[in-house]
Amino acid sequence: MSAKTIFEKIWDSHVVKSIPDGPDVLYIDKHLIHEVTTPQAFEGLKNRGLPVFRKEHILATTDHNIPTKDQHLPIKEALSRKQVEALRENCKEHDIELFDLGHKNQGIIHVIGPQLGVTQPGRTIVCGDSHTSTHGALGAIAFGIGTSEVEQVFATQCVLQPRPKSMRVEVNGVLSKGVTSKDIILHIISKISTSGGTGYFVEYCGTAVEGLSMEARMTICNMSIEMGARGGIIAPDQITFDYLEGREFSPKGAEWDSEVARWKALCTDAGATYDKTHIFKAEDIEPYITYGTNPSMGISITGNVPTLDSIEDESERNAMEKALDYMALEGGQELLGKEVDYVFIGSCTNSRIEDLRAAAAIIKGKQKADNITAWIVPGSKDVERLAQEEGLDKIFADAGFELREPGCSACLGMNEDKVPRGKYCVSTSNRNFEGRQGPGSRTFLASPLTAAATAITGKITDVRTLMN
Amino acid sequence: MEKLNKVNSKFVVLPNENLDTDQIIPSRFLKATTREAFGDNLFRDWRYDLEGKMIEDFVLNNDNSDAEILVAGKNFGCGSSREHAAWAIFDYGFRVVISSFYADIFKSNALNNGLLPVQVSEDFLAQIFAAQEANADEIINVDLETQTVSIASTGAQENFEINGYKKDCLLNGFDDIDYLINIKEEIIAFENAR
Ligand code: SF4
Repeated sequence: MSAKTIFEKIWDSHVVKSIPDGPDVLYIDKHLIHEVTTPQAFEGLKNRGLPVFRKEHILATTDHNIPTKDQHLPIKEALSRKQVEALRENCKEHDIELFDLGHKNQGIIHVIGPQLGVTQPGRTIVCGDSHTSTHGALGAIAFGIGTSEVEQVFATQCVLQPRPKSMRVEVNGVLSKGVTSKDIILHIISKISTSGGTGYFVEYCGTAVEGLSMEARMTICNMSIEMGARGGIIAPDQITFDYLEGREFSPKGAEWDSEVARWKALCTDAGATYDKTHIFKAEDIEPYITYGTNPSMGISITGNVPTLDSIEDESERNAMEKALDYMALEGGQELLGKEVDYVFIGSCTNSRIEDLRAAAAIIKGKQKADNITAWIVPGSKDVERLAQEEGLDKIFADAGFELREPGCSACLGMNEDKVPRGKYCVSTSNRNFEGRQGPGSRTFLASPLTAAATAITGKITDVRTLMN
Repeated sequence: MEKLNKVNSKFVVLPNENLDTDQIIPSRFLKATTREAFGDNLFRDWRYDLEGKMIEDFVLNNDNSDAEILVAGKNFGCGSSREHAAWAIFDYGFRVVISSFYADIFKSNALNNGLLPVQVSEDFLAQIFAAQEANADEIINVDLETQTVSIASTGAQENFEINGYKKDCLLNGFDDIDYLINIKEEIIAFENAR
């Protein structure tokens, strides 16, 4: 038998059949759903008179379109309320368990999947959301799909997918102080470009990746889509198993042991080949920050925004000019010391308990700057509960940060939490597109450490200057 | 799904690269629970200013062409998986998008909605841009059956790729879901064999 990558092993074992000169019919183990990308899929089912085929494989929550304050009250905004209510009705009608507002398991879909142990190595996982790639951190094949495909999975538990090419991204070495997995992935994307991963499924490996915690690995896989990749995956290891053991939906007892043995065998065989390989050195990576309007427009925090003259390609130069214009930045300028208005620590990229702990370690005993509105939005009810148990809530409150209730919040400018037009936000989320955090908002993507440090000084700050 | 074969039409050009789905349809318009009327909000924040006034010099605001083809810079449709982007483009009246590169999820969403993403070379894309500069009423002919795209006045032509399965779906107006429902027995057999 020829050597296979982890991706090939999982994919091949889920192919129901391959259509000649067409896509594969891929069986899906877990289907994650939320309020925004499902109503039209449920409507489609109804129009065709079809039932949900395997409701027990669905995990449902509300996250995108909900307020992060006073979640016990009815949602004020009529359209948002209607959309959330549509999910409630659809789940009821099809007998799907919904982790709704107020439920102890509610949260951003990509935070609760792993946290509940629904995300497991070897599984195929889809969701009508591009950051489904997050779940690959646990050794699953996970990718975002459109609403028509959501409907397909409801109806048949399968999707039609062309088999992606394979890419290996290796990061070796030891990370320096103040450098996090967010900096690794921002660095990688700035090198590979926003479309360099298109058509590929990425496996991340190397000693620096192996050394990361489970939550830090999720941050990396989360942003795979920002270089266009279909998804990202990291081979499961002891860190994965330790993370999963004992979680609500994790296997128990004898089944746990046999599953761990099966998961271990998933890792890429020696000699397996990839269509493309990129290798990075952890030592080369500094805290990273974006300056432009796509996630590949990033620099080391001590660096300067590129000058327009330095870009040879005309259309790239035009894109850069447009981005700098939108961000009201000059080519060649430093970002360090730039005053900002908002700091957002949250989103499925960086809203896990470790992210909140890391931020709290910087914030503890200090005060946020007067010019900053600082929001910390936990990724789930569980993260919120842990933050309270560990007293992080107190640290945040004392420093003038607002700890809100779980949801996507200011990541996407869809719910009430928006960054106003023209204002700058240092954000731990994953997209800095024009208007992403609200019409006219200007986003700098960075790690929770950089975000926390910036909130304290009021200016874009190298967190290493605040660490002893 | 609507059938699609030949589209011969004027076209709208958006030369920008990396046009992301947040630009195609901003997230605040994703609150709907039906598929209707997304075309009104296509490129919303480029079409209207803060006060809701039309931004006169944006191409879609000067477009009386009934164009069925949208031509855009490379890496079109990157970003989120929102199918609303494909719905908005289709609902606005486009049936074909031409670019030199597409984001994966956008491409499959387009194909699932009867919107044909035609991928051409950088060079051919530049020829299309130039052809429209020379003549705003230029016509592009897209033929799915023969997998060709051509510029009417210059006769320049290129072939484009599409897998046989998806081509059949578009030509006949079949959805993926029809295919999957038809093989349900095989899916159940697969489940039982695991
Ligand atoms: S937090 Fe942001 S990126 Fe993540 S699922 Fe929510 S909206 Fe999407």
